[in-house]
Amino acid sequence: MPDCRYSRTALVYLLPLALLIGSLFVGRYQTPVSAVVDESMKAFSSLIFGTPVSVSTSHTVLFNVRLPRILAALLVGAALSTAGVSFQGIFRNPLVSPYILGVGAGSGFGACLAILLWDSYLLIQLMAFAFGLLAMFLAISMSKASKGTGTLVFVLSGIIVSSIFTALTSLVKYVADPYNDLPAIVFWLMGSLADVRYGDLLYILLPMFVGALVLLFLRWRINILSLGDEEAKALGMNVEKMRLIIIVCATLMTSAAVSISGVIGWVGLVVPHIARMIVGPNYSRLLPMSMVIGASFMLLVDDLSRTIAATEIPLGILTSLVGAPLFAYLVRRGRMGWN
Amino acid sequence: MELMLKVKSLAFSYGNGPVFENVSFSLKKGEVMCILGPNGAGKSTLIKCIAGVLKPAAGSVSILGEDTASLGVRGIARLIGYVPQQNEVVFPFSVLDFVVMGRAPHLSMFASPCAEDMEIARESLAVVGLSDLAERPVSSLSGGQSQMVLIARALVQKPALLLLDEPTSHLDFGNQVLVLETVQRLASLGMSIVMNTHMPDHAFLVGSKAAALAEGRLVALGEVETVVTSKMMSSVYGVKVAVREIEDMKRKVCLPLQGR
Repeated sequence: MPDCRYSRTALVYLLPLALLIGSLFVGRYQTPVSAVVDESMKAFSSLIFGTPVSVSTSHTVLFNVRLPRILAALLVGAALSTAGVSFQGIFRNPLVSPYILGVGAGSGFGACLAILLWDSYLLIQLMAFAFGLLAMFLAISMSKASKGTGTLVFVLSGIIVSSIFTALTSLVKYVADPYNDLPAIVFWLMGSLADVRYGDLLYILLPMFVGALVLLFLRWRINILSLGDEEAKALGMNVEKMRLIIIVCATLMTSAAVSISGVIGWVGLVVPHIARMIVGPNYSRLLPMSMVIGASFMLLVDDLSRTIAATEIPLGILTSLVGAPLFAYLVRRGRMGWN
Repeated sequence: MELMLKVKSLAFSYGNGPVFENVSFSLKKGEVMCILGPNGAGKSTLIKCIAGVLKPAAGSVSILGEDTASLGVRGIARLIGYVPQQNEVVFPFSVLDFVVMGRAPHLSMFASPCAEDMEIARESLAVVGLSDLAERPVSSLSGGQSQMVLIARALVQKPALLLLDEPTSHLDFGNQVLVLETVQRLASLGMSIVMNTHMPDHAFLVGSKAAALAEGRLVALGEVETVVTSKMMSSVYGVKVAVREIEDMKRKVCLPLQGR
C-alpha cells in the first residue's frame, strides 16, 4: 500500500516535464506534432553541434516565443509556491502568502516607479526585484526595533510595509501619464509572462536557484520552526537565525519571480494546500512537492491565459479566478492538511 | 552518586520585578524533583530557564558540571529534554515525524533524519508504549497520548535530564497515573527528572525530592516528607491541607480539608 502511494507521488514529479512538452503545442499558431519534433531535433542539433538553424516561423514560435514563456511559468510557479509554503511554516499559519512581508507591494511600487521614470524593461525588472528586497528589510528591521518578539510582530510589520508601498503605488498611478504609463502600470500589476525572453530568465535564475537550494537543504528544520519559538529553542535550534535565513531565501525567490511576472496572487497560497493533501505536512516531502505542483499549476494557468480569448488575459486575474474557487473547494472538503 | 544538575542563585525577570530569585538546588542521577507551588508562582518560568528557553537574569545552571550558559542552545538540547505543557501543533505531523524532531540537536544544520534516527524515534515510542500510533496524525491523539508523545520526543534527544512542565494537567485520573508511572520508570533507568506539578500528592508518588516555590522564592526544599507537610502546604496554597499516612499502603497522602 505505501509503495503504491509513493510511486504515484513520484509520477507527480514528472508532471512539469509533461506539461512543458504539452504546452509547446498550445497557442494560436498551429504546430502539428511532426513540426514540433522536427524543429526540436533541429534546435537540439544546433545547440549541441552548432549547425546553423534556418529560422522558420514554427522555430520562432516554438523556441523564441513559447519555450521561454513556458520556462518562466515553471520557474515563477515553483518560486512562489516554495516561498509560500516556507512562510506558512515559519509563521505557523496555513493562510500566509509569499507577500506577507510586503514583498508584493514593494516590488509593485518599484516596477511602477521604473515605468514612470525610464520605461526600460530591464530597469523595471531590476527595480521590482530591489524594492521587493527593500520591503523585506524594512519589515525585518521594524520587527527587530519593536519590543515584542515572535512571528506576530513580523506579520504586523509586513502589513505596515505593504500599506505604505500600496499608497506609494497609488501615488505613482495618480501622477502617471494616463495614455502610456498608466495602462502599462495597470497591466504590469495584473501580472503577465507575455514578454518574457531568454535573457530575462538569466537574471532570475541565480536568486531563485540560491533560494531554492538553501530552502531544500533546510526544509526539515521548517517542521521544527512550525512548533513555535520555545519548543524549537528547546530542541536546540537558533530560532532567530534560522527564521531570518528562511525569510531571506523565500523573499529572494518571490522578488525574482515578481520581477518578471508581476504580482501574481493565490499561487503561493493555494498550491501548498494541494501539496499538503498529497504528501502531508512534513516539509521533507511537502517543500519539493509544492515546488513541482506550483510549477505545473502556473504553467497550466498561463496556457489558459494565452488560449481562452483572442487577447491575452492577465495572469493575476486568472490565478484568482482559478485559485479562489479551488481554495473554497478544499475548505469545503475539509481536506486542508491542517487542524 | 553523580551530581547531575546544579541550579545556583537563579533569578528571572520580565522587566517589572523578579518572577523568582535566589533559587538553588541540585539533583543526582536517577532522582526526581517535584516542584510545587500555586499558579503564577513561576514554576513554568523556572523550568524554561533551566531548559535554556528563557535567559535567566542572574545565577547559573550547570549540568554534569558544565555551565549551560557556555553550552549554547544546541549543546543544552543534547543534555536536557524539555517537555512543554500541552502544545498546539498547527500542522498535523504523523506521530513518528513529530517524535523524530527530537533528533534536531544531534543533526547538522542541513541534514534530515536518516533511518537510524527513525529507529531511535521508534524505540522512544516503544518506551512510552505508543508504538501502534506511529503513523497517526498528532492532531488525532487524546490528551494523555499527546503528553506521552511529547515525552517520547524529549527522550529522542538522548538527554541526561528531563524537564516536565505540569505533565499531568488536563489529564484524566487514569492518564495522570500512566504519566507518573512513566516518570518513575525513566528515573529507575537512571534519568534525572525535574517536574512541575499541581498536585502535592504526586510528590509522594514519584518524587525523591520536592521543592515549594511561592511568591518568587523557594520556601521549602529537601526530602518529600519534609516539604509536603500539612503546615507547609497550607501556607503555600492558602487552604487547609492534611497529610496522612495510609497504613496498609505504606505511603503518605496529601488531601485538602474543607473550610478555611
